[in-house]
Amino acid sequence: MAVVQSQAAIELRDVTKRFWTPRGTYYTAVRDLTFDIPQGEFCAIVGPTGSGKSTTLSLVAGLDVPSRGEVTVLGEPVNGVSRSAGYMFQTDAVFPWKNVVDNVATGPIYRGVSRAEAQRRARDWVARVGLAGFEDRYPYQLSGGMRKRVALAQSLINEPRILLMDEPFAALDVQTRTLMENELLELWSQTSASVVFVTHDLEEAIALADRVLVFTAAPATLKHAYHIDLPRPRSVTEVRFDRRFTSLYAQIWEDLRDEVVEAYERSKRGSAA
Amino acid sequence: MTTRVTPAAPPAAVTVPPGAPGGQGGRPAAAAAPSTVEFEEQVVLTRERSRRRWERVLQIGVAVAIIGGWETAARTGLADPFFFGQPSGVAWTIWRWTTRGTPQGPLWAHVVVTLEETILAFLIGVALGVIAGFALGRNRTLAAIFGPYVRMGNAIPRVILGSIFVIWLGLGMASKVALGVTLTFFVVFFNAFQGVREVDPNLVNNARVLGANNRQLSFDVMLPSALSWITSSLHTSFGFALVGAVVGEFLGANQGLGYLVAAAQGAFNSNGVFAAMVILSVVALIADALMTRLEHRLTPWRPPGQRAGP
Repeated sequence: MAVVQSQAAIELRDVTKRFWTPRGTYYTAVRDLTFDIPQGEFCAIVGPTGSGKSTTLSLVAGLDVPSRGEVTVLGEPVNGVSRSAGYMFQTDAVFPWKNVVDNVATGPIYRGVSRAEAQRRARDWVARVGLAGFEDRYPYQLSGGMRKRVALAQSLINEPRILLMDEPFAALDVQTRTLMENELLELWSQTSASVVFVTHDLEEAIALADRVLVFTAAPATLKHAYHIDLPRPRSVTEVRFDRRFTSLYAQIWEDLRDEVVEAYERSKRGSAA
Repeated sequence: MTTRVTPAAPPAAVTVPPGAPGGQGGRPAAAAAPSTVEFEEQVVLTRERSRRRWERVLQIGVAVAIIGGWETAARTGLADPFFFGQPSGVAWTIWRWTTRGTPQGPLWAHVVVTLEETILAFLIGVALGVIAGFALGRNRTLAAIFGPYVRMGNAIPRVILGSIFVIWLGLGMASKVALGVTLTFFVVFFNAFQGVREVDPNLVNNARVLGANNRQLSFDVMLPSALSWITSSLHTSFGFALVGAVVGEFLGANQGLGYLVAAAQGAFNSNGVFAAMVILSVVALIADALMTRLEHRLTPWRPPGQRAGP
């Protein structure tokens, strides 16, 4: 998968990440990982559970440092938390002590925008994610889907050039989830951001992405990349009935299944590679 | 004394916004012929009500039995009222103290002194505890250096310090405040420390990606997050501040509720000791209620029913 691009949004070159385990051994989450993500691409990463997908995202975001290899974002080597990245976490990461507007306004305020201006922009974004009227609510007063909308607005208000999403909708029920997926596509189409969307749901990956990367069981490395040539704009709900969708699904699943089985066998043996 | 109060768990999902359809609104009055379902509901409701009434009756019954038994024992000579006091005598003493003052001066003056010491000790102890807990929670090196000493300090039976404080600081207010501070400090310290350590790493990472610098991480993420731990420790620490004040007064003072207890004890006046205890409890209960209000003011973002305190 040699993507030749003048300047990729994200580049990983032979990246390896190892962690110390409490037992005093190394656990290799990611091994010799190399891939590029062109600017403006929506890229989904699928792989079995515990296959270093989240680790990869945190390396790109600069929240973690690779043990070996190089991560480049927009041509600059990652050194500390990237200013041009947005991150949506798997679990709720909105601040429970801030109401909706203040949560969304957090990023601009951290980046030096005046409080009044940040609030004005935040109100705009709250409306754009469909939460108008809920500005003064605290997160505990919102449903799971609404909290995800807050998190989405919180990320997008910083106008990230790359948006990293770590199974953001995994905790939602199926209906809310498709709704959120469609809205994500809608909001993304208005930006030029590159998206890396980690999921273990292959359907979700194909429905959303331009390209699907299949990761192996841990230590993760890139197994295959698939171009998803489904037309845009897409409706996540309808694209699933597309004949092409089904054939892509069958093809990628063939590839993914071996890894899932491998990961499952390993977890049954209880061995941490 | 390492009272660690667990903060509320993260709120559960799905809260129906008020005004949304589907909530249990007022059930319409029974139609012409009440259905079986409504009849069943009525039965359940009635049963629940009578159960609650019974619980209340038994609750009051316990108090009547204890106080009545005590009074009867005192009157029949089973328990010598000279040593054990007598409820009616205690009530009479409280009445006399409030209307005519105590042998040591007006009652309110003693209450005010004790409260003053308590509040001062509370404020100083909480401030020091939060600052120290936060600093050690945030800085690994500081924690490594001072951690063992703090634990050692916490292991000292603080009441013993009361005597030394009276020698150092005299019979006035300072010695009581000092004792109260040594008691409250540790409660708040351990909670603030734990609160900072237990901050959800996702929240920290989220703040970092959003662009927070170290100062913003401390004051915009760590502190509010630790606040739920700190506020739940305020109940306990106010209680400790009160204990510090009263024990300090008891050990050596010329005013305050603890001094009243000491004076009553010196005069072999058991009813006086009990009267001072009852007044103390009332003061403590009022303070506790105020503390709950303060807690709600400090953490309005926590769902009701997940705030600390029974």
